[in-house]
Amino acid sequence: MDFNFTEEQGMIRDSLSRLIREQYDFDTRRKVVASKEGWSPAMWAQFAELGLLMAPFSEEDGGLGGGPIDAMVVMEEFGKGLVVEPYLPSVVCGGGFLKRGSDAQKAEHLAGIMSGEQIFAFAYAEPRGRYNLADLETTAKKDGSGFSINGHKAVVVGAPWATHFIVTARTSGGRRDAKGVTVFVVAKDAKGVSTRDYPTVDGRRASEVYFENVSVSADAVVGEVDNGLPLVELVTDEAIAALCAEACGAMKVAHEMTVEYSRNRKQFGTAIGKFQVLQHRMVDMFMEHEQSVSMTYMATLKVDEDEVTRKKAASAAKVRIGQAGRFVGQQAIQIHGGMGMTDEMAVGHYFKRLTMIDAEFGNVDHHLKRYTELSAVDLPVAAE
Amino acid sequence: MNLDFSPEEVAFRDEVRTFITENYPKELAGVGTREDLTRDEFLAWHKILGKKGWSVPAWPEKYGGTGWTSTQRYIWSEENARVDAIMPLPFGAAMVAPVIYTFGTEEQKKEYLPGIKSGDVWWCQGYSEPGAGSDLASVKTTAVRDGDEWVINGQKTWTTLAQFADWGFFLCRTDPTAKKPQEGISFILVNMKTPGVEVRPIKLIDGGHEVNETWLTDVRVPVGNLVGKENEGWTCAKFLLAHERSGIAGVARSKRGVEKLRAIASEELVDGKPLIQSGDFARKISQLEIDLTALEFTELRTLAAESAGKGPGPESSILKIKGTEIQQRLTELTLEAVGNYAAPYTAGMEPDGSNERGVGPDHSNFTAETYFNMRKTSIYGGSNEIQRNIISKMILGL
Repeated sequence: MDFNFTEEQGMIRDSLSRLIREQYDFDTRRKVVASKEGWSPAMWAQFAELGLLMAPFSEEDGGLGGGPIDAMVVMEEFGKGLVVEPYLPSVVCGGGFLKRGSDAQKAEHLAGIMSGEQIFAFAYAEPRGRYNLADLETTAKKDGSGFSINGHKAVVVGAPWATHFIVTARTSGGRRDAKGVTVFVVAKDAKGVSTRDYPTVDGRRASEVYFENVSVSADAVVGEVDNGLPLVELVTDEAIAALCAEACGAMKVAHEMTVEYSRNRKQFGTAIGKFQVLQHRMVDMFMEHEQSVSMTYMATLKVDEDEVTRKKAASAAKVRIGQAGRFVGQQAIQIHGGMGMTDEMAVGHYFKRLTMIDAEFGNVDHHLKRYTELSAVDLPVAAE
Repeated sequence: MNLDFSPEEVAFRDEVRTFITENYPKELAGVGTREDLTRDEFLAWHKILGKKGWSVPAWPEKYGGTGWTSTQRYIWSEENARVDAIMPLPFGAAMVAPVIYTFGTEEQKKEYLPGIKSGDVWWCQGYSEPGAGSDLASVKTTAVRDGDEWVINGQKTWTTLAQFADWGFFLCRTDPTAKKPQEGISFILVNMKTPGVEVRPIKLIDGGHEVNETWLTDVRVPVGNLVGKENEGWTCAKFLLAHERSGIAGVARSKRGVEKLRAIASEELVDGKPLIQSGDFARKISQLEIDLTALEFTELRTLAAESAGKGPGPESSILKIKGTEIQQRLTELTLEAVGNYAAPYTAGMEPDGSNERGVGPDHSNFTAETYFNMRKTSIYGGSNEIQRNIISKMILGL
């Protein structure tokens, strides 16, 4: 057992932390979020230049030879800076699928993801599917040697900036069957793809994505036809670990800001940080953050283990981080008092991001249920 | 970063497991940490481990520690928890010994450490007083120098298992004129057989006799029983508390407790179906297990930092708070799981002639008593509120 970071991981952390501090401060981020595009292609290029986009890929695939831990390091720093650029959808999700794709798919897309020129978004959620990854109304019907995709994908984060989508669609079976799910790569400019773009409450951009008789070739299938669900679950669990790391970064800053504020804010003639009731609250926030870091390590270190272990680890982490993020976010606002309610203060933006992280890839209730079902050895494991 | 055991660590685990299987006293198997054990039962495993050289793994090697890595120590506690082993009590091995080998003289180390290691000498802790609980620095027990002796007078309380103790370590006020309450306190060792030492039992809400009042009346001990510097006992006291906290998380034992809880919830029936199939209860167990996983990895991170050379710091307060909360919730859920049969007071029952004391399923015995007893954990070792004060001051800087 080893809990140390490698030298490379330390360097990624340090250089990214410096870059965010110097060029992605809160005011800059505010301008980026308010801009027409809603993100900064220039920052994205800098992230690529630092090697962040290649960090989690193997050297064989043209990456730096890292893995989920490298993605964790990046995402934690992104969380601290509330970075909106699409690392999770493109590198973790898009890259997560394609590094397990065919040689042709790797050749066509991995280099582009690592250079930042291709940007992926993960179109898996649907208006009526909630968090069930197999609950799909989007269909892909056999059409000659290829497929024709029809359907509506909901809240596809990063879609406005994407060049490509990873799309889950039903190729056979009933609406919620585990079998019959297939994963496709679809270019955003493919005929029949349309989007309705919008901002999210936490400063990102997303789209409703519509597929109308979108023709794709058989080469667009990632993995096996009808057997895509295990791959979707695997990449989603990796995404959960990365998202947990982002939450840890955001919690850390929200907590530090709160402690700092309590040192300076005076009421009744004294700094409010001198009040024991607030001190203990801030200690509880600190402990929630520390335990979230522990759970993030745990889930990240277990992504390569057997399926049940991996799923339980991801769900356990998502439960704990969902609860911790809720607590830390709410208390950060509470202790900032009225100022915490203002758009001007950064703390509210951390609160908003933490709130939305719980809803991504399954919230506390969803993952507590999933964990419980996976724990019930003598009970049939319910379908996702 | 990785969670893998190296081949050497796997071999170590097998060695430890085999040793425990072959040597753990059969008559104590599955007894756990019930309070109605005799002195010999408490010490049985400690003495076996003492002979093997494994009774005090955390000590520096030159005093008898094993030099195990943090991973090996993790494996060690996991393997012992598998059999509910009655481990060496903390008062000697984990509390007074680190003070002695850190602040004591060479003579004191030679005098006291071997008996702690072997399990021949039982130690108890003389910290709390009726007027000094969480506010430990307000101790009133005095030690006055008289020639070559300290003369000690006062009253200590919550002296755990002092009825079995050979020796005790006491915080005494040696300079009543000191400016701050933390100054003027000394750390003094007392042979419990010394005239003037009187131990009186305190019965607790679970019906057990686990703690005592200890009265000290003109107790005379040699000046050489002072550990560290006169009037600087607070340094020893704080150091000891940090050490006490680092072992206090009890992760391996709680993991075993969750397994037992699952087994109980599989046997208990609700509307004819196992309780564990009730979604509400199953989710309570899941939440507990998830929180325990968070604690486990927090402890592993702390151990890793420790083996990288950082001593137990204020972070160990997290382990104390979360570890005790989980231990308490575990006993609470176990109590809930057994339903009606939590009520019979096993210790108060007449034996029915069949050598069986309890009624109801075996797993229901002592569940309420254990739940009552475990409320102590968030109070002792510096209450969980005091731990929050420590984190607030030492880590948050408030």
